[in-house]
Amino acid sequence: MSDHVDLVETSEGAQELQERKRTGPEELRRELGSVLRLPEGVALDPGDISTEVPEDETMIINMGPQHPSTHGVLRLMLELDGETVLRTKPIIGYLHTGMEKTGEELMYIQGGTNVTRMDYLAPLFNELVFALAVEKLLDIEVPPRATWIRMLMIELNRAASHLLWLATNGMDLGAIGMMLYGWRERELVLAFLEKVTGLRMNHNYIRPGGVAADLPDGWRDDLVAICETIPVRLDDYETLLTGQPIFQDRTQSVGVLGPELAVALGATGPILRSTGIEWDLRRDEPHLFYDQLAFDVIVGSYGDCFDRYAIRLAEVRESIRMVRQMMELMPPGDYRTQDTKVTPPPRSRIDESMEALIHHFKLYTEGFKVPQGEVYVAIESPRGELGCYLVSDGSAKPYRLHIRAPSFLNLQTLPSMMRGGLVADAVAIISSVDPIMGEVDR
Amino acid sequence: MTDAAPEHTAAAGAGGPPPAEESGGGAPGGPGDTELLGWPLTDSHGQAVVYCGREGYWELMSGLKAEGFDMCVDLCAVDYLNHAGRDLPARIPPERFEVVVNLLSMGQKRRVRVRVQVPESDPVLPTLFDLWPGTEAMEREAFDLFGVRFDGHPDLTRILMPEDWEGHPLRKDYGVGRIPVQFKATPGPRMREEAP
Repeated sequence: MSDHVDLVETSEGAQELQERKRTGPEELRRELGSVLRLPEGVALDPGDISTEVPEDETMIINMGPQHPSTHGVLRLMLELDGETVLRTKPIIGYLHTGMEKTGEELMYIQGGTNVTRMDYLAPLFNELVFALAVEKLLDIEVPPRATWIRMLMIELNRAASHLLWLATNGMDLGAIGMMLYGWRERELVLAFLEKVTGLRMNHNYIRPGGVAADLPDGWRDDLVAICETIPVRLDDYETLLTGQPIFQDRTQSVGVLGPELAVALGATGPILRSTGIEWDLRRDEPHLFYDQLAFDVIVGSYGDCFDRYAIRLAEVRESIRMVRQMMELMPPGDYRTQDTKVTPPPRSRIDESMEALIHHFKLYTEGFKVPQGEVYVAIESPRGELGCYLVSDGSAKPYRLHIRAPSFLNLQTLPSMMRGGLVADAVAIISSVDPIMGEVDR
Repeated sequence: MTDAAPEHTAAAGAGGPPPAEESGGGAPGGPGDTELLGWPLTDSHGQAVVYCGREGYWELMSGLKAEGFDMCVDLCAVDYLNHAGRDLPARIPPERFEVVVNLLSMGQKRRVRVRVQVPESDPVLPTLFDLWPGTEAMEREAFDLFGVRFDGHPDLTRILMPEDWEGHPLRKDYGVGRIPVQFKATPGPRMREEAP
């Protein structure tokens, strides 16, 4: 299988699709993303794939990296037989900015500003997973209120992320009205996030030890408005899209993915759940205080684009349902740990105490040291399992920061979803994977 | 728990349980340490970590797959060039590179992390592609950023860096700040060299 791979240290050759004449059954199954060592019968039968298509009858076209429906700078090489997609190869890296390397140069106290830019539609999740990893290495507990604020904020962020996905998915399928509505509702949520964190995106709000600031006065009123508005608007979307025959035609039975394939390829989040596998880290590996909330894990049954749409739509409802519960459960108390090792002294103390000033200065110039060790923390982001693998050598900077980006793995499902479909469906399929190139390339 | 690698078990039985390492928060090597498929199993902040050498990597991973770890969640490499004194069980000689694989069993709701040592002189591991096809992109990433090669991988090319890039940027000895800027001519000599 590997005989055509030249293992040369630095000149790895092009990333492009290989020539078709090199495409034996083995290569074809790889192109499908499904060279699965699965039990016989479950694995794709290579016999259903024609390897006999002559080179001059297929066409390789580039889609992206500037294509408007590739959600950023995703480039796909598609091999087409007429209108039918045969092979697909996602080519990524156009947004690679070395954030994992940058993370090794930033202190833990600065790390949030770096990781928050990875998944730019769900920045609070990145901050949270980084903060949880650091806290686990430090072995500190955050106050309950801080954890509840974190959960409240990430559930709102999940709703915002899914609303934007609904908008762009609508746009990709020609439902321009949906695009406008999705952005509009997302703006409601972002306005609240801005009120709390000061920024609409890239908040750096969730930090090791707690959150940056307490919830502002009147936060309940804002949330009540959000919780009353969004479910009504979601009903509008149902009218607009769910029952609409054109939308159904374009999404149902398009981009079907089986459960075995999804698990083998490491897909998580709505993609995995759309295949019928109930797996949600919020329920199955309870972290934070999710075990105290009542919510449903939304599961599909066909694994197609429509299921993935329906799951995300329903997850917005679940998030709003959780926000409602959290408004009741929010306890009073500190919003960050009082452990002076990681928390700077309050501003008022700096004016009256030299020690506080020195402490503040030292914390922000030298950072805090984290004991040696390594840890992997995973949370359920809107796109799936978001993980952070952190290695500390005992200094104030991470020795190695690795983010397990859900989109990075979810993209691997594209070739098998695309195979045999039409080019027009490709747009719907890319959209249904919901790749965020910021976290794919990091 | 089946024993896939009897010779390792025998070696471990002779050497006794891995001795406790240097103190430190969450250092592996506590008294409750055991083995998994013949390789030392420790607890790091409540997470199961298995250490292995390259020679038993494939057997261990196949064994774990057979135990029900049906998803390979994450695979990444770490360059321990500047942190050679990390805590490892005594049986595992430290090497420069480590490949860290996180596995998940959804049925048993269980996770395990495998840390395999990869020597600098010959950084090659067998690919896990045949067990979990989802490792394809992750192994390419580890190759791209660290230069760890995966034997048998179907398409071991660069994934994040441009394909004509030289070097592996997440290595600790990679020259940060001396990267020639793309779309410009090669940078000239430094200021101090110009001064007479």
